[in-house]
Amino acid sequence: MRIKAHPILSFEAQKAVPFTYDGQTLYGLKGDTIASALHANGIKKLSESIHRKRPRGFYCAIGNCASCNMVVDGQPNVRTCITPLKEHMDIRSQQGKGQVK
Amino acid sequence: MKQCESIIIGGGPAGLRAAKALLESGARVCLIDRNASMGGQLIKQTHMFFGSEKQHASTRGISIQHKLLSDVMRYGSRIEILSETHVVGVYQDKVIACMKDDRFFKMRGEAIIIATGASEKHLPFENNDLPGVYAAGAVQTLMNEYGIKPGHKVLMVGSGNIGLIVSYQLMQAGVEVVALAEAASQISGYHVHASKIKRHGVDILTNTSIKRALGETEVTGAELWKLDESWQGIEGSEWTIDLDTICISVGLAPLSELFQQVGANVEYVRELGGNVPVIDNTYQTTIDGVYACGDAIGIEEASSAMVEGEMTGIYAAHAMAKAHPNESTRLKALEEELAFLRSGPHAEKIRVGYKKRGEVS
Repeated sequence: MRIKAHPILSFEAQKAVPFTYDGQTLYGLKGDTIASALHANGIKKLSESIHRKRPRGFYCAIGNCASCNMVVDGQPNVRTCITPLKEHMDIRSQQGKGQVK
Repeated sequence: MKQCESIIIGGGPAGLRAAKALLESGARVCLIDRNASMGGQLIKQTHMFFGSEKQHASTRGISIQHKLLSDVMRYGSRIEILSETHVVGVYQDKVIACMKDDRFFKMRGEAIIIATGASEKHLPFENNDLPGVYAAGAVQTLMNEYGIKPGHKVLMVGSGNIGLIVSYQLMQAGVEVVALAEAASQISGYHVHASKIKRHGVDILTNTSIKRALGETEVTGAELWKLDESWQGIEGSEWTIDLDTICISVGLAPLSELFQQVGANVEYVRELGGNVPVIDNTYQTTIDGVYACGDAIGIEEASSAMVEGEMTGIYAAHAMAKAHPNESTRLKALEEELAFLRSGPHAEKIRVGYKKRGEVS
């Protein structure tokens, strides 16, 4: 799903960034957000609706709509569309509203 | 509590130009944005701007972003940039509350400029929450900022400039645009953008909308239907298309939460996109020392946001007794710029909106 050739933009080779998604090791690239790295791995479902458990992907990509909230390193409700991916992040699907520790 | 001279919330075109005007006036600026980089939505705009040469027409949005940012960065220690910082509260004594890296802190400024921009609207239809249904601008971010395709086959809903431009940019990224549906009987964006995608073989279907998205866990198709003159779906006219992505481009709504939170008067003006703050002729809201500019006060183009941003910066500096070196000539020139940018037939809605806001306030 990464763009290979583009008439205007050039996407330079970036360092691979390992992370885990629901326990599985995946790789994003330096410069990715969590949501973009997941999308590049073909993962579109990021969260579930609170009551009816319907699958949700990101919608706005500006940190506004809450459709991409996930549990990151144990913290719920992280807006993954604007949160930069970091090495060895533990990213998990979120059920419900999330628990504050 | 940290003290600042001026605080700008939102580092997009309006916020950056407000920062520049304040810096030119000798003020110190703290510029806050929830994103990792400044520039707002310019960061993904690979197309060339129209409008006014003075507002960088014929330049790509991404290049304008670099220009606006370098214009403020050269003031060194007088500009402080807080990225990945979320403003969670604005109070009437000009105190703001922020979150950054799980840390909560407060700051006080003599002037606060709210330039939060806008968010994309959604459209009600069955299954509109399925993964694979995205705001058009969100897809533009995914492609042009992160180099990732949203999918293989896309339906674009809405033929405003964002819908038309993003359709073309999808093709540039190597994604097939299967159709563009427009509920009205005419294309609503600039025809120069529409012609470009038509030349590449995209069907622009007027009097057409999406009835529902198909798929269980992700989008696998879309059911379209024709609309009558009153925009009601015509039973029996439905047909389906196999695809994996649906882009919604049906307009923007100002991000007005902080105005409501601080207690500023906010009015609903449909032509400006939704709830907008009441402002005086110096861009001050009904709260003393709290200003507003850009898409947050009415949906327009980035060029207008830049002009408004600079004017707001000059007025805010003036109120802090830090006059801009060319205050009166600059303000006059900017007024003329704005009038020019709002003069075309496409700006009719904006003109009506501003007139209405004048009446409601």
